[in-house]
Amino acid sequence: MSAIAGRTSSGAARGVAFRPNWTARVGWALLALYAIYAASQLGFVPERLASGLGHGRQFLARMFPPNFSRWELIQSGIAESMQIAVIATVIGIAIALPLGFLAARNLMPPWVTWPMRALIALCRSFHPIIVAILFVKAIGFGALAGVMALIVASVGFIAKLFAEAIEEISLKQVEAVRATGAGFLSILIMGVQPQVLPRFIGFATYQLDSNLRNSTMVGIVGGGGIGATLFTAYQRFDYDVVLAILIVIVALIMVAEIVSGWARRVFQ
Amino acid sequence: MSTATAALAPRRWQRFSPWRRLARLAFTLFAVAAFVTSLRTIEVIPEFLYDAPDQLADLFGRMWPMDAGYIAPTLRALVETLHIATLGTLIAIGIAVPIGLLAARNVTPSLPLNLLAKFVFVTSRSVNSLVWALLFVAVFGPGPLAGTLAIALRSVGFTGKLFAEALEEANRGSIEALQATGAGRLSTLLLGYWPQVKPAFWSIALFRWDINIRESAVLGLVGAGGIGVALDTALNLLYWDQVAVVLAAIFGTVILAEIVVTTLRARAL
Repeated sequence: MSAIAGRTSSGAARGVAFRPNWTARVGWALLALYAIYAASQLGFVPERLASGLGHGRQFLARMFPPNFSRWELIQSGIAESMQIAVIATVIGIAIALPLGFLAARNLMPPWVTWPMRALIALCRSFHPIIVAILFVKAIGFGALAGVMALIVASVGFIAKLFAEAIEEISLKQVEAVRATGAGFLSILIMGVQPQVLPRFIGFATYQLDSNLRNSTMVGIVGGGGIGATLFTAYQRFDYDVVLAILIVIVALIMVAEIVSGWARRVFQ
Repeated sequence: MSTATAALAPRRWQRFSPWRRLARLAFTLFAVAAFVTSLRTIEVIPEFLYDAPDQLADLFGRMWPMDAGYIAPTLRALVETLHIATLGTLIAIGIAVPIGLLAARNVTPSLPLNLLAKFVFVTSRSVNSLVWALLFVAVFGPGPLAGTLAIALRSVGFTGKLFAEALEEANRGSIEALQATGAGRLSTLLLGYWPQVKPAFWSIALFRWDINIRESAVLGLVGAGGIGVALDTALNLLYWDQVAVVLAAIFGTVILAEIVVTTLRARAL
């Protein structure tokens, strides 16, 4: 080793091929220390985990077999969740498109984009369930509160991504359309739309999936859909009904993911 | 023959094949039909809408001024929420990395194991974090323990799927070079794959942490700890001035988390 190091001055720097990275190791150690501290703060004690295993066995025993005897209730709840998701996605997109367009910095002046970006950020910052609580207070229990809450969530997500998609388009095509003497609307339809449509379909189907997931949950706070049935069954300790509802929800979401996968391929 | 037809009928240029056009039309019609049926069948009580403006005005009137006395308990619950989100993300990564290694086809060349790992990810993702929280509250009792586990299990699918995709995109060259020197499996992983997936790994972890902060704020509504418990208590007692304090705290935290994530990402990557 010393012989190699002594031969040339640059040889000293070679030494070990993969030198230990001490800053990274200290970082990982700190992260582990934090995890232990947080676990102690959050009640991760062995007795609780052990008693939880016993409860878990009992819980699973009460869940199986799933009880589909309330099929009509499940069916109407699922149908309402789907209605909420579809309506919220369509209206949300309809509102998000102009907002996203106004927030695109390559097409609009800063005094338009900044207020729009703030509005979009505000829509994104609260979880849909919290927005649903406020709408339940404002317009009462039922599907409409869920629809409004998911519209807010959809606007926040789609407008942000749509603005980013518009900012990335090539302005050459827009200029080419403009050079033919096209008006503003024609430029949008023929110059901008073909460039952003495939990505737009991607966001829209993703948002539909996301809205479907959330529309099964807004019922917990009174926003309509299957969530209310799920929560009631849970509070009555009818865990076999809970499992039946969960199976239906998971199946619905998987089917929706497959269908939106097809849609993305067709519109690519 | 062909020149004759070309001369007779001007050639029509179309961007898509007929099949594509048919499929696009079908999907568009399907979407419109779904929207129209939903609109026609959804049950909305119009009477509730008439007094919505009054109700909204009433809501904001009750929210302001905020209840300053509720700030201290809110902040305590907020710290708990941050712990739930962070520890939940860490546990999720701890579970997702080994399963992600099993799911990546170039790291684990065994189709049954790949599929098994992917199945775990799909199961984890298709159950909402609120549902995971309900299940864990039933098992471990109410409290942040249930919330942390709910956040962790919900995040396994997301982080694991993206981590496995990052692994599959790793460049073969440096890995083959390591294997040629006789490196073992662990050395190949640590020195061949890890440096290549490190940026993706941190970006996935930060992204999920940001999402988890939003999600952990609502877990308390089903009794799984964090700031949601403070929100639920204030809501049940109809103390809207306290609700306003909690909402302001959540808003501030989400904005701060987004700033932290953006700075860390810009510095680390």
